[in-house]
Amino acid sequence: MLLLTCPCCGIAAEETELAPGGEAHLKRFGPGSSDDDFEAYMFARKNPKGVHFERWRHAYGCGKWFMAARCTATLEVFGTYPAQVPGPPPEIMARIKARRPGWSPE
Amino acid sequence: MSDPVSALGHAAFDGFARVREIGPLGMITLRARADLPALPAAVAAATGLGLPAVRRIVTAGDRSIAWMSPDEWLIVLPYPQVAQTLAGLAEALQGQHHLAVDVSDARAVLRIEGARAGDVLMKLSPVDQARLEPDEVRRTRAAQVACALWREGDGYTLVCFRSVAGYVMGLLTHSAQPGSEIFPA
Repeated sequence: MLLLTCPCCGIAAEETELAPGGEAHLKRFGPGSSDDDFEAYMFARKNPKGVHFERWRHAYGCGKWFMAARCTATLEVFGTYPAQVPGPPPEIMARIKARRPGWSPE
Repeated sequence: MSDPVSALGHAAFDGFARVREIGPLGMITLRARADLPALPAAVAAATGLGLPAVRRIVTAGDRSIAWMSPDEWLIVLPYPQVAQTLAGLAEALQGQHHLAVDVSDARAVLRIEGARAGDVLMKLSPVDQARLEPDEVRRTRAAQVACALWREGDGYTLVCFRSVAGYVMGLLTHSAQPGSEIFPA
């Protein structure tokens, strides 16, 4: 079972209370971008075995989107953080590096 | 004027806990940025209540205000006072970006009462009842539908959408069947 703590309301929400939103921190390529960029933005997603940054929505709770860093192989959760950031905050990165010394963000 | 009618006509069930539909109860959804400077004073003027902290409910007399999300509150009050309170909010928040809507007739309110009321809800919601504080509002799900619940008196008050009131009453009735206690005496 996956438990994620919603940073908006502080509840350790169980998986069935949440709605998944896919990969986090996508860079949007809209009108005027090249076809390759747009296609990659639209369809290409990371599918790592290991550390992954995801969007989740506390659908049955406060209704807000937030981000989660977790390991897709072990379901270990490194932390959750607000959605209004361009990338993972330093404390989350520090925790991931402590737990996964060999890991590096590409 | 038509008379308000509650969703289930005050249906009730006596199991190991008592489940009953109450209402009609006045409810106002208030949405605004939490840092809107005029908000606390406006809410105090219209309802006589202070804004609750995160996931809390503040009650005074027959009125309550509950934190629903970072930009949403639920004001619970007697049904006949809704129009006046809405007018008060509109006046106090004039020119400020906000939304205050009467949702009384869009919701159903149920009470689950008795020493084992928590057992009824433990079967339906992924909520740690032991850690639910007396003045805490928990938005969650009851089986497949969204609901909000909080402790009140000798039990719980549960709010759900009116369209699923029959489903929720069925769930609670089934969950409260005598002999199905989670922690039998």
